[in-house]
Amino acid sequence: MVTLNSKIPDGPLAEKWSRYKSNCRLVNPANKTKLDIIVVGTGIAGAPAAASLAELGYNVKCFCFQDTPRRAHSVAAQGGINAAKNYKNDGDSDYRLFYDMIKGGDFRSREADVYRCAEVSNQVIDQMTAAGVPFAREYGGLLTTRSFGGVQVSRTFYASGQTGQQCLLGGYTALCRQIHQGKITMYPRREMLELVLVDGKARGIIIRNLITGEIERHSAHAVVLATGGYGTIYYLSTLAINCNASAQYIAFKKGAGWANPCFIQIHPSCIPQLNLYQSKLTLMSESLRNDGRVWVPKQKGDKRHPNDIPEEERDYYLERKYPAYGNLVPRDIGSRAAKEICDDGYGVGDTGLAVYLDFRDAIQAQGKKVIVGKYGNLFDLYEQMAGINSYERPMMIYPAGHYTMGGLWVDYNLMTTIPGLFAIGECNFSIHGANRLGASSLLQGAADGYFVLPVTIGDYLAADIKTPRIPTDIPEFDAAEKTVKQKLEHLISINGKQTATSFHKRLGKIMWDYCGIKRNADGLKKALGLIDDLIKEFWKDVKVSGELNELNPELVKAGRIADFLEVAKLLCSDALNRQESCGAHFRDEYQTPEGEAKRNDAEYKYVSVWEYQGEDNLPVLNKEELKFDFVELKERSYK
Amino acid sequence: MKLTLKIWRQENAKAKGKFETYQLDGVSPEMSFLEMLDYHNEKLILEGTNPVAFDNDCREGICGMCGLYINGRPHGPDEDNTTCQLHMRKFNDGDTIVIEPWRSKAFPVIKDLIVDRTALDKLIIAGGYISADTGSAPEANSIPIPKHKADLSFNANECVGCGACVAVCKNASAMLFVAAKVSHLALLPQGKIEASERVLKMVKEMDKLGFGNCSNTGACEAECPKSVSISNIARLNREYICAGLTHEN
Repeated sequence: MVTLNSKIPDGPLAEKWSRYKSNCRLVNPANKTKLDIIVVGTGIAGAPAAASLAELGYNVKCFCFQDTPRRAHSVAAQGGINAAKNYKNDGDSDYRLFYDMIKGGDFRSREADVYRCAEVSNQVIDQMTAAGVPFAREYGGLLTTRSFGGVQVSRTFYASGQTGQQCLLGGYTALCRQIHQGKITMYPRREMLELVLVDGKARGIIIRNLITGEIERHSAHAVVLATGGYGTIYYLSTLAINCNASAQYIAFKKGAGWANPCFIQIHPSCIPQLNLYQSKLTLMSESLRNDGRVWVPKQKGDKRHPNDIPEEERDYYLERKYPAYGNLVPRDIGSRAAKEICDDGYGVGDTGLAVYLDFRDAIQAQGKKVIVGKYGNLFDLYEQMAGINSYERPMMIYPAGHYTMGGLWVDYNLMTTIPGLFAIGECNFSIHGANRLGASSLLQGAADGYFVLPVTIGDYLAADIKTPRIPTDIPEFDAAEKTVKQKLEHLISINGKQTATSFHKRLGKIMWDYCGIKRNADGLKKALGLIDDLIKEFWKDVKVSGELNELNPELVKAGRIADFLEVAKLLCSDALNRQESCGAHFRDEYQTPEGEAKRNDAEYKYVSVWEYQGEDNLPVLNKEELKFDFVELKERSYK
Repeated sequence: MKLTLKIWRQENAKAKGKFETYQLDGVSPEMSFLEMLDYHNEKLILEGTNPVAFDNDCREGICGMCGLYINGRPHGPDEDNTTCQLHMRKFNDGDTIVIEPWRSKAFPVIKDLIVDRTALDKLIIAGGYISADTGSAPEANSIPIPKHKADLSFNANECVGCGACVAVCKNASAMLFVAAKVSHLALLPQGKIEASERVLKMVKEMDKLGFGNCSNTGACEAECPKSVSISNIARLNREYICAGLTHEN
């Protein structure tokens, strides 16, 4: 069994991080230049981490699978980034941001980590502004904020509907500056395929050059994974096509614990699937629910044009079920309600898997001009993707897989259970508990990358200053490279009859049906059986075209899907184990008489940490008990 | 829908490429353009042919990774969108669609429809940043910025780095791309300090990488999926001239 020491510093909540900084070990500037660090991934965690580490003097090697580090999927974050600046004088504070996040996560995250994230939030905004991120401003020239779901203060900084892109470009340009200084070597179009351990410590990675197909070895004193989330396990999700779980799974197989794998947020308002070949579901900002009303026809299978359905034949089900919050219920509740109503046969559109989001009343009350001003770009985006003018007929929306709160287990230092292997951003499990609060994903990634990791990694590397550069011609690298080549050759040699994508679609359907918005023991057991069968079929019948030593997108895809199949089992096992409902994890068996999530704090107030036991054995569950010394556990209610 | 596809196929950077013609039946008007290519590729794979390689990632018009020359236009016939946002409802049954990679000396073809755009990164690496080490930033509101300037800066920074501006330009110029970055930073007080050095370095790098000059045809603005304004080029020229006159080195 792995030892889970969260290494939370002593002291009052608000002093833990400063005490840590005052007491942690340091690496002096001259020694930093002798140490190498690998950073995999260049999103809102990876790019700032690489840049900040290079600024400190470390030699950084940075990898991404895209053609340039500017494209990581953090670019797609729309809404904003939270910080406790209290610019609106509305009573915000570090503590309040911390409390909102820990409550939003349904009390399944660590107090100390969440507080630290809230504490550095203001520095994140300062740093981004200094780097040229053009956040929205008031006419007086000062920064403005807006409100976001689930909180009572206005603390979300934004740049139109493209906050993620603007923030990431801040990190990307900082990274470019360090490339210019010669402190970062950038390796784009590279996929990490193995982690190399030497004497139990993470010392390097094996990667495949996606253009030439060559296998390369890279060594370092520490390895940082910033590889994002795995919502694409559902095939259709709001994520980029290439987002994947492989780096995390590789680390897992080498001994890194995987925490709360089943905690995946399903976003309630996405453009639904419109054709069988659809590859992606585009998110429509949550803000639309401020003015849009969600409804379905009262009559099953009503095929009339929505505008022809009279008021009394419409079921505004959110307003009916949740009179207090109405259309503004939190993400998990909105998603569940949409699924239930469609499962009951009231869904609209050709597939019956959509509900209406109607702006008719808002346009009548406020005028079209006001609605254009508020949501014009979103209406344009919707028309572009779905071909429907939403000023004239309601949008159709449906939930889609979005953000993974679970991820690699890390301690307060952001280090996994493998010494020298760090995980930052969405890739780790650290602060979002069972449900992420809106506008906190950019915050967490940037906080980890800019301000937390550069300090905590020093505490680890301080013991390594006498270790010379790690050679790559040692048996550990030979073995790792051999494993990689064998897997790739195996995939190509199968030469079956079904494409990798077809397996991904089937896996996605299993996961969506049995381990999606709602789960239950029977379904999860069934899913585990179906996935086992699918794995066998995959390794017998997948067809990967092309060669090993060339640009081969099919080979890349097949490798990722092989890993997804394994990760899917882990998700289902975790969901099966957690016999409670909390946040995004909703078990049919555990609900209140009103049909809401019923937590079981007595038995499940822990982080599930899964440990790999080899190919032929089931992973072992370890538990990190969560202690709540500073907040009182409460039930969430939105009635 | 039934389509005829004429697609540029090129095995690798050194190989000689050519157009291949394919017939594709069963295309739904609801498909995105890239989903149509996925559908086509699935067929090719099962027929034992190598699928067509093309770059893509977010599929929602923001990462800038996709970029195809479709019927002679970057990102196809629709206005203000990237290739991934283009949908087949913009085409008709029986259409012939010609699909090519970006064409520019600075963007060599890697395979089929995939080109190498690292030249754009090199432009940023040359100086497209503000030197602000992590931890050294002042309080964000200590430097107010007029709203209209911040908005203009944001608009310039909407550039997704897809390279359509270069691909469409008859001179293969990267002026709009460089202008977007120069404007984004020069409009902000934080970026003003290094502005003249930045513009000189980026323009020098642009020339070095083999991008052409600007002859003000405006094609870049017309085809930019994010409608980055050509007025940024005017600002670039102004910044460049001023820097040339005043810069100490």
